[in-house]
Amino acid sequence: MAELVAVVASTHHPFFYKAKTSTGADRPPFADEWVAKQAAFAETLNRTEPDVLVMVGSDHFHQLWLDNMPQFLVGKAPFFDANWYNEEREFGLPRMTLRGEEDLAAHLLRDGLDRDFDLAFSNELRIDHSITCPIIALRPEADLPIVPVYTNIFAPPLPQPKRFVQLGRALREMVESWESDKRVAIIGTGHLSLELGGPRQFGEHGPDPEFDRKAVEWIASGDIEGCLREVSLESLHAPGNATHGFMDFMLMMGVAGEGQKAAHVDTLDLFHTMEAYFTWYPNGAPA
Amino acid sequence: MSKYLLDKFLFTVDRDPDLVERYREDPAGTVEWWEREMANKLLNCIDAERSTWLAFTDEERRALREHDHVTLFRMGAHPFLTLTLFIAMFERDHGPLEYQQAYGRAMAEAGIALPYPDIAT
Repeated sequence: MAELVAVVASTHHPFFYKAKTSTGADRPPFADEWVAKQAAFAETLNRTEPDVLVMVGSDHFHQLWLDNMPQFLVGKAPFFDANWYNEEREFGLPRMTLRGEEDLAAHLLRDGLDRDFDLAFSNELRIDHSITCPIIALRPEADLPIVPVYTNIFAPPLPQPKRFVQLGRALREMVESWESDKRVAIIGTGHLSLELGGPRQFGEHGPDPEFDRKAVEWIASGDIEGCLREVSLESLHAPGNATHGFMDFMLMMGVAGEGQKAAHVDTLDLFHTMEAYFTWYPNGAPA
Repeated sequence: MSKYLLDKFLFTVDRDPDLVERYREDPAGTVEWWEREMANKLLNCIDAERSTWLAFTDEERRALREHDHVTLFRMGAHPFLTLTLFIAMFERDHGPLEYQQAYGRAMAEAGIALPYPDIAT
């Protein structure tokens, strides 16, 4: 069976690429620290020598639209082109093409359906920055095949937070039941408190530092029960109107497991939103 | 009122570089053209399969014609779509983050506070 070698969860900040590649007067004062933290984070993944990446993210109205909106979707295709005109325009993100791992995608779809997750699928998916940001940060060579898993944190009605946790738990079992000798990492990105298009956007910090502090503690300590007690679809409006992206972190807590402390925890307080990085090693830290 | 149709306008304009420029330069003409030609277009179908029932209200037309992001927010248009498109149109006229901060400030000054309008479609 396949081995789950790393579980990686982080925020996805679309301006990282621009900060990393900027020079001279264009380089923001926080760029060096940010690049160093992302490099340390990347090392936590790359030392596990993964062969395949399962990438959990959320389309931001790029390909998925309100005339046909899936709640959870698996991309099954030999290739995934990536990033969109409006992401190039706003964030300076490059166009990319990633290979797909169709055998694992087919397994996730079959096994997921049989575990009562009615997963949608796409055979031609152009992925967006929720998946390319972690690729750029963690594996800029973009050389490993991926299976994208998209969740709807964006277009209500949304699934309940507990459903994200359940899917995370199942996703781990599904990966570990894949008949393969491949080494798999599951990488998922979401948000802490975040406001987009509302009065609290683009402040000096994230819109709700107290939520961010609690969220980091829940994730770092694997406190799924505590998190589920406090977080609901309704409560997530309070920390910022885009904070439902936190449910992708809850999915990743489900992958990592109840009470599982992250081996790597790091944060960076930036304008607009707090960055947070977590890595777990399900079978122990690599040598 | 159709939050869906507002979102469809913002979505189809934001993803098309020509339409972004057209909406910036000629909002009234773009909204009029869009409602006539695009509002009932099923996005993954040929033109012959158009819908028959989608139209803006007067207030929606006015908000779009006037680039009124505060009213669009109040109507429950998806804030991500509005923000992304408006940054594309107007950030270029401002210093770094200046437009984004003014955009939020305009909403605060208009009295927008929790709970925000429902964006479910």
